[in-house]
Amino acid sequence: MQAAVIVFPGSNCDRDVAVCLEAATGTPPLMAWHGDASLPDCDLIVLPGGFSYGDYLRCGSMAANSPIMREVVAQAHKGAAVLGICNGFQILTECGLLPGVLMQNTGLNFVCRDTRLTVSNAQNAFTHLYQQDEEIIIPVAHNEGNYFADESTLASLQEHQQIAFTYGAGDNPNGASLDIAGITDKSGKILGMMPHPERRAEAALGGEDGKRLFTGIVESLA
Amino acid sequence: MKATINITLKSGVLDPQGKAIENALGQLNFSGVNSVRQGKLIEIDLSETDAAKAEASLTAMCEQLLANTVIENYDIQLDKSE
Repeated sequence: MQAAVIVFPGSNCDRDVAVCLEAATGTPPLMAWHGDASLPDCDLIVLPGGFSYGDYLRCGSMAANSPIMREVVAQAHKGAAVLGICNGFQILTECGLLPGVLMQNTGLNFVCRDTRLTVSNAQNAFTHLYQQDEEIIIPVAHNEGNYFADESTLASLQEHQQIAFTYGAGDNPNGASLDIAGITDKSGKILGMMPHPERRAEAALGGEDGKRLFTGIVESLA
Repeated sequence: MKATINITLKSGVLDPQGKAIENALGQLNFSGVNSVRQGKLIEIDLSETDAAKAEASLTAMCEQLLANTVIENYDIQLDKSE
């Protein structure tokens, strides 16, 4: 299977996630630059964390309009799986592949710490190796992770089981609606999440809770 | 032709920065501040001289990039004096 990581100016988790993908697939992923107008056909495309374009205007807004994203959106519409982590989640909402928006944390602070997550839907292409409602620990590191959408969008997310991860009770770091930490599109093949699974994907990093996300999606696409 | 675009958060959308400014004004003993909302102001200089065409173009810019209409409203002011 072909996996790719999109590298924007200001991405800083691109190589971490590449290590996770190589561990899951056995081969290094393609690293694609934001200015490229073409992208070989991919099964899985990852938009990594970081501060693309310095977070200018709104987080993810510049990246969402970069040349490579036209290709990413086109491949997503053809069925490629897409994972957006942190800034990648912000880019997915800005380009319209996922609904809603990530606003500034209600506490006005950049939050960098472990969070307890509940796997709210363990049946999609990414999460099927977790147990339903399993509690896992994955770190967050963001200033704009406060998921916001109007009432009808939130109801639709619930109705279609699109909420993949929620923050554990009392552990919402940013004020996100419904404690949302990660959502998918209706197909379950486009996942955006604020926590960083690549930062907890091997024992040396303090735990392996994030690893099953990568092995899970690779198994789904095999 | 010059344009000024005001981008503001929709009513009902929480504005943490506006709240922080409101609190700071209170700490500076400015009384009577009922609420504060923070937005963005973008100035654009266009080569277009037709006001209607300029407005249409600016509206498209707001919809595609300058504003996120999930949470923001935009208001376009054209300076037609030039």
